[in-house]
Amino acid sequence: MKAGGRLEALLERGEFVVTAEVGPPKGASSKGIRSHAALLKDFVDAINITDNQTAIVRLCSLAGALHVLAEGAEPVMQITCRDRNRIAIQSDVLGAASLGIKNILCLTGDHQSFGNHPGARNVFDLDSIQLISMLKGMRDEKRFQCGEEMKVEPRIFIGAAENPFADPLEFRAVRLAKKVAAGADFIQTQGIFDLERFHRFMEAVREAGLHKRVAILAGVIPAKSFGAMKYMSTVPGMSIPRALLDRMKAAEKPEEEGVNICVELIRELRKVEGVRGVHIMAVAWESIVPTIVERAGLLPRPQAALPA
Amino acid sequence: MIVAERKPMEAVASLVAPYERILVVGCGECVTVCMAGGEKEVEVMASALRLMRGKEGRPVTVETETVQRQCEPEYLVPLDKKAEAAEVILSMGCGVGVQFLAERFAQRWVVPALDTKFAGGVREAGVWEERCGLCGDCVLHLTGGICPVIRCSKSLLNGPCGGSHGGNCEIKRETRCAWQLIYDRLKGLGRLELLTPVLPPKDWSTARDGGPRQVVREDARL
Ligand code: SF4
Ligand code: SF4
Repeated sequence: MKAGGRLEALLERGEFVVTAEVGPPKGASSKGIRSHAALLKDFVDAINITDNQTAIVRLCSLAGALHVLAEGAEPVMQITCRDRNRIAIQSDVLGAASLGIKNILCLTGDHQSFGNHPGARNVFDLDSIQLISMLKGMRDEKRFQCGEEMKVEPRIFIGAAENPFADPLEFRAVRLAKKVAAGADFIQTQGIFDLERFHRFMEAVREAGLHKRVAILAGVIPAKSFGAMKYMSTVPGMSIPRALLDRMKAAEKPEEEGVNICVELIRELRKVEGVRGVHIMAVAWESIVPTIVERAGLLPRPQAALPA
Repeated sequence: MIVAERKPMEAVASLVAPYERILVVGCGECVTVCMAGGEKEVEVMASALRLMRGKEGRPVTVETETVQRQCEPEYLVPLDKKAEAAEVILSMGCGVGVQFLAERFAQRWVVPALDTKFAGGVREAGVWEERCGLCGDCVLHLTGGICPVIRCSKSLLNGPCGGSHGGNCEIKRETRCAWQLIYDRLKGLGRLELLTPVLPPKDWSTARDGGPRQVVREDARL
């Protein structure tokens, strides 16, 4: 085992894993995260804590991850390259590992122009692939990015994101290959609605043998309303088929239909060779996750025997 | 070239508001080409200031001069007399020009009329675009001659982020995604293999991160 966490243990055992996402609050309260973690902990195997998602200032992902740990759930701490340079990130990684955080997801980060401090200066000292590679170097070679050695290395299970729907499409599998080569242990994808395009992506992934070298968790996003789905369809790098939009539009109970679609997608994704789990992104609708997991037939969640 | 743009007229006027004798200095290089601070713009500026101040009932004396280059001390020598007579020097050069003027005329207040934007060029008539982030360690041979450092909004070196869409950058529809451009060009040239290796973190010490930079050429020193 690389890090000895629950997510890693379950994947190693060949379980189909379930992760979810919780966005920290725009304030100094631990309540929301704690209650969400408590709510989700028996329904998912790990909980992602976002890092100032969409460049809006929120409680930091390290603290958020600790709140998740304190509730007895396993966090996936997200780190973006937008706000911190290699010095700050390595320091955070050491701190996180010392506090028992086992999983880190490496992201480029949304540009600050999307957020609530568009006048901020960004960092982007590293890109997400270099971030993955730096973590791997720290863990496997006990070296800082500069090459210097460290005594106690951070035992981290390294995650990365991939968007099968962004342009240039033909480059997406190549980019995934780069992430795998850099040292990614698991991948969480962008929310999938367009199964046809996802199938094509996975074909390229299998052709390159990447599915054997990295655990791919397929991302899903439950839509609460037609408006929400419509909005998502305009976000760069999202692909939502007309038929799904029509279904949501026609639905008498849109929330139910959103869940139906999400559950159907999970059932389909589960059949795809190389998909080792799902990542449910229900930010601001975390309470729906247990229902989705149950209806997708993913209960009970398996127990992991972890090293003491 | 260095691309600059004139500050709003009111902002420029307020910078010189306390003074009665103004020297407006243009530059014959980049800012002439990008139509921000050449001879023509200098004259327009001088007339505008005279007019504005005349209307306010606080007339000014505005002298003008456009030197070949503001960024080289020897070209500033001919300004000595006019500078002596002025209370304030309004530079219509780029930020570099402003500083060279301030250095030469230590006893004069020197203010910028332009906002200096970027190192770039003309994309089409009337449109200038950024091309180089002056990183001090050029990687264009790895990216098909398209700069990922400054033309990708996130300076990514290993390919596009997840927001590249329809050839455009996620942050602005009118900005081309540098990585789409890089991909298309390398594909066209049959050089896509360049995108396979993981490029290590860049050494930013050659860029502004290493502190103010100097280039010293022993062979060119006197
Ligand atoms: S790689 Fe550096 S030097 Fe080359 S064009 Fe880009 S910013 Fe300029
Ligand atoms: S969309 Fe393209 S140019 Fe914009 S940040 Fe992403 S990779 Fe860079």
